[in-house]
Amino acid sequence: MQEHTGTNEHIDSVATYALVFLALIAATILTTAVAFVDLGPFSVVVALAIAICKMLLVVLFFMHVRHSTKLTKLVLAGGVLWFLILIGMTYTDFGSRTWMGVPGR
Amino acid sequence: MHSETESLALREQFDTAAQQRDASTLGMWIFLITEVMFFGGMFLAYSIYREKFPEVFAVASTSLNVYIGAANTVVLLCSSFTMVMAVRASQLGQRGNIVFWLILTLILGFTFLGVKAYEWNEKFELHHIPGMANFHLNGVGPSMQGPASIFFSLYFAMTGLHAMHMIVGVGILSWLIYETKKGKFTAEYMTPVDISGLYWHFVDIVWIFLFPLLYLIDRHLK
Repeated sequence: MQEHTGTNEHIDSVATYALVFLALIAATILTTAVAFVDLGPFSVVVALAIAICKMLLVVLFFMHVRHSTKLTKLVLAGGVLWFLILIGMTYTDFGSRTWMGVPGR
Repeated sequence: MHSETESLALREQFDTAAQQRDASTLGMWIFLITEVMFFGGMFLAYSIYREKFPEVFAVASTSLNVYIGAANTVVLLCSSFTMVMAVRASQLGQRGNIVFWLILTLILGFTFLGVKAYEWNEKFELHHIPGMANFHLNGVGPSMQGPASIFFSLYFAMTGLHAMHMIVGVGILSWLIYETKKGKFTAEYMTPVDISGLYWHFVDIVWIFLFPLLYLIDRHLK
């Protein structure tokens, strides 16, 4: 863990930001192009995988999380976990509703 | 002027400027996590209704113009790049550069909103406004017009909420430009620029997910 010394620690180079930006544009073109290919149920998987990669690029580089404190990273991981609970629990509910006959419905 | 900048650089409850900055960053991230939950609920509602009415959602989704959506994604990604350059300029204390990059970000933000307004206007012309008496989606039977209007309700709720965040962002950018010109931010104190950057990138991330989910994932069925 690097100690905070001056006020201007961790200034990324313009080249780093430019590369991340180009990768984001390339991913946008890729995801648009691949959407026209019939991948069946994997269309959603591929689209979300590309979106998650783009999100990680923005979060790690543009939002400086790779230079953030451990506390910020921990809070973020907690946020992701809670979001997955929101999705997971709701899906188990909707997914299992037809498993058993409910009287009166 | 100078003493004011110094007091902003370190308030008394903090030991060091770095500790103060870390506290601001953490606070902003906690706010952004509440925003993740806020938007997350809508993404979840969209996913569940899409599974319930897959055919209708496919027809409705492919009625959106994918090229306009992709172009607007590029506009927003450009604005994220200009924003991060503004933050970098503020880290270096280059006041003129901060203003330059913030103005570019502002222009791109307005461009995105303009394109969005054009798309929404198109929905009115195509009678794709849920709740209006003349709502009609071609290619969907009369019994399925209800689920079709659910798609457009979610479309307007999600893109509308996103656009609302953009409008707030545009306001924040304008304020930042004004304060930067007044000389409020230095290399020692640039927290408002930094955390506004976090907000702007977050709004970008929301669109990174909205674009494939609304425009792309049923495109191959057409």
